[in-house]
Amino acid sequence: MLKKRVFLVFCLLAAWAVGSHAELTIEVTSGVDNPTVVAVSPIKEKSGVLPEDISAIVSADLERSGLFRSIARQNMLSFPGDQSEVYYRDWRVLGAQYLVFGNAEKLPDGRTKVVFGLAEVLGEKVVLSQVVHGRDDSLRDIAHYISDKVYEALTGVRGAFSTRLAYVTSVRGASGRTMYRLMVSDADGARERMMLESTEPLMSPGWSPDGRELVYVSFETGRPAIFRQKLSDASRKQVTNFTGLNGAPAWSPDGRKLALVLSKDGNPEIYLYDFVSGEFTRMTKHFSIDTEPNWTVDSKSIIFTSDRGGSPQIYKLDIASGATERLTFRGNYNARPRLAPDGRTLVMVHRDGGGFHIASQDLVTNDFRILTSTQMDESPTVAPNGAMLLYSTKRGGKGVLAAVSIDAGVKFFLPAREGDVREPAWSPFL
Amino acid sequence: MSFQTLKNGFLIALLSSFLVACSSTGKNDGSASGVTGDGSGSGVTTGGAGDSGAYGDDLSAGGTLATVFYFDFDSTNLKPEARAALNGHAQRLKSSPIYVRLEGHGDERGSREYNMALGERRANSVKEYLVLQGVDGQYIEVISYGEERPAALGSDESSWGLNRRVEIRRR
Repeated sequence: MLKKRVFLVFCLLAAWAVGSHAELTIEVTSGVDNPTVVAVSPIKEKSGVLPEDISAIVSADLERSGLFRSIARQNMLSFPGDQSEVYYRDWRVLGAQYLVFGNAEKLPDGRTKVVFGLAEVLGEKVVLSQVVHGRDDSLRDIAHYISDKVYEALTGVRGAFSTRLAYVTSVRGASGRTMYRLMVSDADGARERMMLESTEPLMSPGWSPDGRELVYVSFETGRPAIFRQKLSDASRKQVTNFTGLNGAPAWSPDGRKLALVLSKDGNPEIYLYDFVSGEFTRMTKHFSIDTEPNWTVDSKSIIFTSDRGGSPQIYKLDIASGATERLTFRGNYNARPRLAPDGRTLVMVHRDGGGFHIASQDLVTNDFRILTSTQMDESPTVAPNGAMLLYSTKRGGKGVLAAVSIDAGVKFFLPAREGDVREPAWSPFL
Repeated sequence: MSFQTLKNGFLIALLSSFLVACSSTGKNDGSASGVTGDGSGSGVTTGGAGDSGAYGDDLSAGGTLATVFYFDFDSTNLKPEARAALNGHAQRLKSSPIYVRLEGHGDERGSREYNMALGERRANSVKEYLVLQGVDGQYIEVISYGEERPAALGSDESSWGLNRRVEIRRR
């Protein structure tokens, strides 16, 4: 027993030495009333210290979903590395309902092998057990992978922790000049990487359905133009160069087309660009503003913002027939629609007396909900598993990203380090 | 798009080919491995092509002619003071035509691409007015920056009022 205690202290020190150095501090401001308590025992390497604290990343992932509460490491009575070391009583007294345990091993080829398991404390049984391999620079991927598997085992919904975010930042320099940057990070804000930097505005990032490319609007030519850029080698191509607006690119789920906005004929209209034929097809013909196209899941219809009814509202256009139907009727400002992966939950920017909020509308029942209590909210983007959405808002005069669960029960901010952050775009499953 | 961009892009492509991660996390679906597999290349720096510079003194006629025209919330209608200044611009542009650019802007409220459209509408209403006064439309370029280039940074009525604007510049 004494031996075990000594070993525990060593592990604690090792864990502190590694430390947690996430770029963004997640601040959960509202979670579910009775979160499931999941303890994540430190996953340690047998002969050394791992460059990333896998368990801390898993804990943070689960907490960020708002559905789970974790147990602080210093309160744990034991650190089981495998099933034989699990004493269920240790976890019952802490109130843990589930336990994630595991261990890591350095392989001769330089890779790290991680064995992890999920145990149900009351039932005293292991419900999930897996082996994953990765290099030192993919330990965060391993951690998110574990989070995904645990989340799915406990909720029945596929986890989206292994996904990424794209967003735009702007930083005003000392000279008064603003630098615009297109960034990509993990879903938790870590491993932020710059894709593009410009002294001219960058806007409207979106993902290809395979998650390998981004589309966006850049003013680097002195005018707005749509570009596509590969994440792998940062190579890019200019897609449009028309007079007037070149905006709001949205890649179709089937990968074949890009919906976009052009005003080359004098007025903002929705067009489709065919990646294979290179042809542009005009989809709307109206003297009002038509913009912000997004696709239905089957790639057969476009939903978009139009003020043809006198105020911005959301419409749906069937591509084959051209039939257009108005979807939103609540209030006098509904814009920037995005469809959740269930194909029926529409999220949008909605104005009420208190400002601009993110709202959702069930397209089957027409149930309408305002999801956010912050103001100046814009650019909603739904996680590929449909559980959460991110949006941008203002806090303390700064543009920040915030998250809300699709049922509005869980809310948190992703505070930025520097400048303004905006226009989040959640990647598809990768 | 500058040559520098391409060069940097190529360098990064080269670099990232060394960095391609060969992680194989998921043993079955490999969902996690795809993440590092494409090792998102870091930055491409674009030198902004920029616009043609500061206001020409000749556009403001020594400071006597306004070069920024303001709009009400959600409106693209010209105000009387804007019309007065634009009459002056129209006279000058008719007598000595130069290429000008009308830059439309909006305030930060509402969605960004919709504000891009509003900014363009505002710039177009200025253009239409100038054309009605006899200015040749082919000398006028219209561009919208939406809410991307605010003149004032605050989130209050006075800042928003300063941001809902069209600026006339030399092209």
